[in-house]
Amino acid sequence: MAVLLETRNLERTFGAVYAAKDVNIKIEAGEVLGVIGSNGAGKTTFVNMVTGYLKPTAGEILYKGEEITGTPTRDITRLGICRSFQIPQLFPELPVIENMLIALTVAQQTRPVLFRPAINESLKEQAMELLRRFKIDHHAEQEIQTLAQGVRKLVDIAMATVANPDLLFLDEPTSGVSADEKMGFMKVLIDALKETRTAVLFIEHDMEIIERFSPRCVAFYEGTILADGPTEEVLENKEVREFVIGSEFHRSGNAASTAASVQEV
Amino acid sequence: MNIKMDRTETGLLLALPLLILIAFVLPKWVVNYVQVSLGTGLVALGVMIQMRAGLVSFGQGLYFCVGGYAAGMLAKFLGISDLFLLLAAGILAALIVAGIAGFLLRRYREIFFAMLTLAISMILFGLLSSTEELGSTDGFNLPSATYLGWAPEGETGRLTLYTFTALVVVVCAILLNRFLKSPVGYINEAIRENEVRVEYLGTSAHHAVHITYVLAAVVSSIGGVLWALALGHVDPEMTNWTTSGQFVFISILSGTGNIAAPLIGTFLLEILRVYAVEISPNTWQMILGSVMLLTILYLPKGLWSLLTTRKSTKPSDDSADKISVGD
Repeated sequence: MAVLLETRNLERTFGAVYAAKDVNIKIEAGEVLGVIGSNGAGKTTFVNMVTGYLKPTAGEILYKGEEITGTPTRDITRLGICRSFQIPQLFPELPVIENMLIALTVAQQTRPVLFRPAINESLKEQAMELLRRFKIDHHAEQEIQTLAQGVRKLVDIAMATVANPDLLFLDEPTSGVSADEKMGFMKVLIDALKETRTAVLFIEHDMEIIERFSPRCVAFYEGTILADGPTEEVLENKEVREFVIGSEFHRSGNAASTAASVQEV
Repeated sequence: MNIKMDRTETGLLLALPLLILIAFVLPKWVVNYVQVSLGTGLVALGVMIQMRAGLVSFGQGLYFCVGGYAAGMLAKFLGISDLFLLLAAGILAALIVAGIAGFLLRRYREIFFAMLTLAISMILFGLLSSTEELGSTDGFNLPSATYLGWAPEGETGRLTLYTFTALVVVVCAILLNRFLKSPVGYINEAIRENEVRVEYLGTSAHHAVHITYVLAAVVSSIGGVLWALALGHVDPEMTNWTTSGQFVFISILSGTGNIAAPLIGTFLLEILRVYAVEISPNTWQMILGSVMLLTILYLPKGLWSLLTTRKSTKPSDDSADKISVGD
């Protein structure tokens, strides 16, 4: 498969502190990749750098072979790299459907249009279709601030997909979602994204979710990559077990229970 | 441009003949207040469209004054009194000033935006107040408007200007209504709610703010030209902070829910001021202040919110909180 994104020796410092150091990652088209690491390991910093929110202090970011280091966020989005957020970044006083309509309006606007109506029936239908894909269409008329965290997360992710990105970063998509809903939530999410063959990098703290949904895993530790490879190998890695997931984590048992819970869903 | 009209636009078009008719029916002093209100109403509209993006301009008087002075200077120094040329001069001057100032202001939000707009307007106030050629603090007079060579006088001139003012204001209001529903207008609402997300959706919030700022300036300058012609006079008070404060007052009083709200709010403020002065000549500002306070306390979305019914947005119950995962 073709390499979509490549980072070379990516580095970001805050004063004397290295938030990211020598980060080298390749992401191929259509692949699903899980990222693990304790708080402060540099996972979100990595996403922030690739999506243009933070400028790297050193290193290169290549997207489809072209260097995009330091490109503004909005231009990165236009290139086909989108993201969702750990804390959903929505328009809280507006209903779900309006949030989607704004996202679609921006995605489809190539130059400023001043006096033509933004909303039409076709756009509304597109918005509803996206909500249906993520199975949240029944929340369309509700204001964001009245919704549960899990639904907000899905709206946040649905908004990130309006531009049909080739690469989507999901920052802790299941944080704030109750433990018994996590698996179902991720299934809805991954199924929806499979339809569009979008490459997905998701940051996750729940190892069961990593095992179940991510064939490849990258472990971050203190701003560097500790391990990168097939998920089962990374989760068995001695250093990963010591510094990231803890030695008490047992893969086989968790994998079995995970499979069972997904089947129940 | 799509010519299909919504309820607001239809209402504005229906209001136009009524607006013109009152010039022939109501007492002259009321018509004068309406005419002045129409001019300042356009400036309030400028404040309102910025408020939709979460930006409060405490210096919108700047463009009210730029429009008035541009028209006035054209008349004073070049002897031009054609309404269309005076309007064009006001618009051009506002485009230039706002186009340049916008590069600075689009980077700021909240109190910083408010204070910078105020500062720029007060710079102009200082400049005009100390420029003897422009009458210093006294300002200078404008001649009566002419219309492509036609120079109506007396009552005909007054009625013609009033009719044109009403027509221009209604056209501006319709265009601004369309702007609020356009992609850029829609993005403004998103900027007010969450600017980070707007950038991540793939558009420049700075760009949208700049466009809105320039548009607000143009509309305000048109208001300034019409107001100056109605009164036949311009002075630096047009850009003083007290004048700008009134436009913010009107926007808060009337609300930002509909494009017609600031136009109605401007007229209500004029009437309120007339009665406040009559009731309490020395402390009339206290009455205005009390009205402002009560509006903020009991109608935070302005008088227009009395006409709109709030949509039901029930919080999710337990069942709604669950995310459906099956078919």
